[in-house]
Amino acid sequence: MAANTDDTLALEIRGISKQFGRFPALKDVSLQARDKEFLALLGPSGSGKTTLLRVLAGLEQPDTGEVRFGGEDFLALPVRQRKVGMVFQHYALFRHMTVAQNIAFGLTVRKRSEKPSRAEIKDRVAHLLELVQLEGLEQRFPSQLSGGQRQRVALARALAIEPKMLLLDEPFGALDAQVRRELRRWLRDLHERTGVTTVFVTHDQEEALDLADRVAILKDGQLIQLGQPNEVYEQPATPFVFDFLGQACRMPGLVEGGRLRIADWESEAPKDAPQGAVEVFFRPDEVAFAPADGAGLAAEVTGVAQRGPDVRIDCRIEGQVMELEAHGPTLPPGVAPGLSVRIKPLRPMVYPVA
Amino acid sequence: MMIVGSALAMAGLILMPLVVVFHDAFAEGAGRYLQALTEPDAIAAVKLTLLVAAISVPLNAAFGVAAAWAISKFEFRGKSVLLTLIDLPFSISPVVSGLVWVLLFGAQGWLGPWLLEHDAKVIFAVPGLVLATLLVTFPFVARELIPLMQQQGADEEAAALTLGASGLTTFLRVTLPNIKWALLYGVLLCNARAMGEFGAVSVVSGHIRGLTNTLPLHVEVLYNDYDSVGAFAAASILAGLGIITLVLKTLLEWRVSGGLAGGRKH
Repeated sequence: MAANTDDTLALEIRGISKQFGRFPALKDVSLQARDKEFLALLGPSGSGKTTLLRVLAGLEQPDTGEVRFGGEDFLALPVRQRKVGMVFQHYALFRHMTVAQNIAFGLTVRKRSEKPSRAEIKDRVAHLLELVQLEGLEQRFPSQLSGGQRQRVALARALAIEPKMLLLDEPFGALDAQVRRELRRWLRDLHERTGVTTVFVTHDQEEALDLADRVAILKDGQLIQLGQPNEVYEQPATPFVFDFLGQACRMPGLVEGGRLRIADWESEAPKDAPQGAVEVFFRPDEVAFAPADGAGLAAEVTGVAQRGPDVRIDCRIEGQVMELEAHGPTLPPGVAPGLSVRIKPLRPMVYPVA
Repeated sequence: MMIVGSALAMAGLILMPLVVVFHDAFAEGAGRYLQALTEPDAIAAVKLTLLVAAISVPLNAAFGVAAAWAISKFEFRGKSVLLTLIDLPFSISPVVSGLVWVLLFGAQGWLGPWLLEHDAKVIFAVPGLVLATLLVTFPFVARELIPLMQQQGADEEAAALTLGASGLTTFLRVTLPNIKWALLYGVLLCNARAMGEFGAVSVVSGHIRGLTNTLPLHVEVLYNDYDSVGAFAAASILAGLGIITLVLKTLLEWRVSGGLAGGRKH
């Protein structure tokens, strides 16, 4: 996934804190992004991800901390000198300007000495329209465009200033699922072609895991975990991350002498597991089914439902009902409501009891 | 029934007085009407009214834009206080709006003696009329702009800044075009009130004919002198102003609501 990034650091964020009145929006957040990296800030609403993005853009000033881009002190620069392209959640297109005027805006407001000629601007706009596949719509107004088209105009407008970094705030938030998936692939392609270091904010874990080179997970203004999508998915640092990135089954357990005990089942404890009482998390589709006399957690099947290629199996384990998932071929034959089985979590994660 | 009732009320309360104004103004013929309008005191009153409006309307337009901008695009302490202050002139009697200036700048007022020493006159002079008008027409532009600008949010401005625009460029090329119709509408209402204000200016004017009488005050003076043709002739100018305002207002409302509908499609 990180193949298209090289190792030079582009963005360094160190110890950023920001309060809004009494509400701490960001608490001592530090992270880095490499040149050309596609970084996702993922978190629930109120986690501070948008505030962090606005700090990078210069639209908010942090109370403490440091932001450097390409070695330059970014916080000392006002918004207009940072040359970051920002795409807002609701696009923020200039409603009284045409598509072409919107895209050209960043070029036409330049100082006279740096302003490209009219012909150059026209060429640039044409090129960008082609890049975002909106040729022929240059004379339309934003209100005459669909959500997906507006999104792409906003992106073209941000790219027009040849930004050092691209900031996207919930870029697909206002679009329906179908358009969202299409644009996601397209955005990834665009990033490969332009190679601009990009930070984007989302609350959709699937989007973050699918698109980003690395994902930073935030909660209550704090950075909880930073890593490649497969790392954070497979090794969530906290129960919150585990829960946030996908379906979770949880059970109490005990770690003693390298062994993990859940109810009446004992297995080898995962590496680096904390000692004593723990919470055990596993994904509902990462389980193996065994006959009642095999090894695993004793469970009673209470329902089976086919869902496309997957099968949902409701089980009662230790008094709680869990919705497990099996992919067609992994389903043991003969599983039906009322059957007693044994269930073995394949990759349990253990966390100390909070 | 309701429609008939309100139509009758319209006819009785608005059309009838309008008819009466023009009827009485022309009671002694067009010649007398024109003569009443061209006498020096009437011309002075018209000029003074235009002067006061010409000073106070642009000032309040500028203030209104600044206040609406601050309130709708930024978060700061004392925002609700500012909002309340803007509404204050709506909630107090115009006479009080005039009186505060008398208390401040009048001969017996706080700054009266100091003004006297420096040979400057505020009360019973043009500055007093402007101040009183400013205070009374204070809310019109701001009140018109705040809801619109709050609805529009600050994202477009933020986008312009990230694209390298300066604050001034952002205001001129992004903010102003987005609010121009509402701004015109506010200015129109502000102007109508500035020209028609009676209570506040009456307190500070001193009713010196040809010097500190604005049109509404001129009407009162003539009427008290039993010069009914003169009074109604002057009033007909104000009535005409009212009609023009109404027409422009209707046109602008149509533009503004059209703009809002376009905005809602987003």
